[in-house]
Amino acid sequence: MSIHERASDGRQLLLYGVLVALIGFYLLPIEIGLMTSLKMNPLSTAPFLPPGLDGFTLEKWRQAFSQLANGLFNSLVLAIPATILSALLGSTAAYGLTTLNWRGQMPILVLFIAGIFIPYQAVLIPLSKFWAVYLPLDELLQTVWGLPMLEPYHGDLLALIISHVAYGIPITTLLFRTYYRNFSVEMIEAARLDGATPIRIYWRIILPLSVPMFAVTLIYQFTQVWNDLLFALVVVGPGEGAPVTVPLSQLGASLSEIGFGVRMAGAFIAALPTIVVYIMFGEQFAKGVAT
Amino acid sequence: MTDGGSAVSTDEPTLLSNVSDEFLGSLLFWLPPFLLMGFFVYGAIGWNFVISLTETSGFGGVDYSQLDIEQYTRAFGDPTFINATTNTFVLLITFTAVCLAIGLLLAIMMDRKLRFDNGFRTIYLLPMSLSFVVTAQFWLWMYNYDNGLINIIISSLGFSKYQWISNPDLVLSAVIFALVWQFSGYAMVVYLAGLRAIPQEQYEAARTDGANTLRLYQRVIIPQLKGATISASVVLMVFALKAFDFLYSLTGSYIPPKGSDILATMMVRQAFRINNQAYAAAIGIMLFALALAIITPYLTYQHRRGEL
Repeated sequence: MSIHERASDGRQLLLYGVLVALIGFYLLPIEIGLMTSLKMNPLSTAPFLPPGLDGFTLEKWRQAFSQLANGLFNSLVLAIPATILSALLGSTAAYGLTTLNWRGQMPILVLFIAGIFIPYQAVLIPLSKFWAVYLPLDELLQTVWGLPMLEPYHGDLLALIISHVAYGIPITTLLFRTYYRNFSVEMIEAARLDGATPIRIYWRIILPLSVPMFAVTLIYQFTQVWNDLLFALVVVGPGEGAPVTVPLSQLGASLSEIGFGVRMAGAFIAALPTIVVYIMFGEQFAKGVAT
Repeated sequence: MTDGGSAVSTDEPTLLSNVSDEFLGSLLFWLPPFLLMGFFVYGAIGWNFVISLTETSGFGGVDYSQLDIEQYTRAFGDPTFINATTNTFVLLITFTAVCLAIGLLLAIMMDRKLRFDNGFRTIYLLPMSLSFVVTAQFWLWMYNYDNGLINIIISSLGFSKYQWISNPDLVLSAVIFALVWQFSGYAMVVYLAGLRAIPQEQYEAARTDGANTLRLYQRVIIPQLKGATISASVVLMVFALKAFDFLYSLTGSYIPPKGSDILATMMVRQAFRINNQAYAAAIGIMLFALALAIITPYLTYQHRRGEL
């Protein structure tokens, strides 16, 4: 546990002073972004000051939103299924490699865990070739894209979803494994003696007990998929199917300094879902990263 | 165990059949995710390695008839590659070391039964939840020449302003500072968990031995944070290897600011802009080798400690 004895009042005060100053360090770039996004001219006043009454505008937010709206929608279509699928597959993989205990599972597990640390540059060319040449979903599933509400570029999004699921499995497996290791062996043994099959044990015992870990994994993985730029560029590229990070990286680049208001507003719009998730579930996020 | 011999020999057959039952029953759960992940991770790395042995460039197919290591020898004679490798190592080492130092200091301050410690932690960790694309926008503005906070601060201290992003001598340090801002909270969380796992008695024992606070940390606490340091550094290094998203977003193109090219950005540029696919694949393999050199000792260490 932590140090119990309390320092003297003066030192305690100093400690709080430092910690509060550090809040400034971590929040100032974000606060400055917010203030700048609300100013008519980002150069008019010091960046951290709020806009004056005559210099206040929501126009930058409107502009940024109109440029990012399509990307936001694509990101939702991408991140929600990709997150749920990789969490589910991570949970079953961890169950099959942890709770179900068999000889020789360690090498398989090492392959799963090493997958967390792969630099994606080592797979990018095969990944883009695979989706572009060998399995071009936008062409192969043409009949599907003819259905109402669907467009050919959804094929690229589907490819991106599958890629994110595949590359997300290692981390979700590790998260669930650290959780399942602490489950009591007696509980599983008792169920087995009652004649329960592995499927039944997973469905009736493990899955219901996994809810807290699903919260951690879903939040962590949602943030990862939502925030990704590299796969989005390589698998989908700029255009109608692009997730929000792609247009955001281009936003205001041609507008020089005046464009910073739009850039900042855009950064907030693109970050909003992750910020909301983080504020609501900060505890789970901290658990996810600490594992 | 001397009396267990007969028991083991009679148990053996059932034990073995249990093992294979367990194995067969487990397949349904781990094999599908393993195949999907294995195809995209290890299959792709293998394919990438083969491409790196060819001469592929442009948009045509890959000619696998002649395989050699020319792309690798080419890299070592390429000043762009040497420069990107140097920058990668500078980024990797400086970023990791500074994050760990700040994270440790923060964790030690936080580990004092503070009020609102969850609130502090939430705020320190907030930047990590943001996309590199988002934080790159924030820091472009922070480093702006005319009205960026960094230049405002240094000119109020009496120094002259700098072009942080467009000056090739400064940009890498500026990027490292921004990344430290984003990830030092992570190092803090890992260290705090490590500190809280140290049994209370050890503090008291050191106290009764008359150790002062500095010695207490030096002798008792820091050595026990070895595990936390190792896991945090591995994860931070992996983040640093993924800094591509941040550098791409600074310019919105495959060409990062001059002076900040790392292997990750160079590889993507060679692959998708210059279309030197075989060369890019070779750079990817070398990045993979670098990652392997970092994670193999780490996974071995974790395995020995039974924490895998």
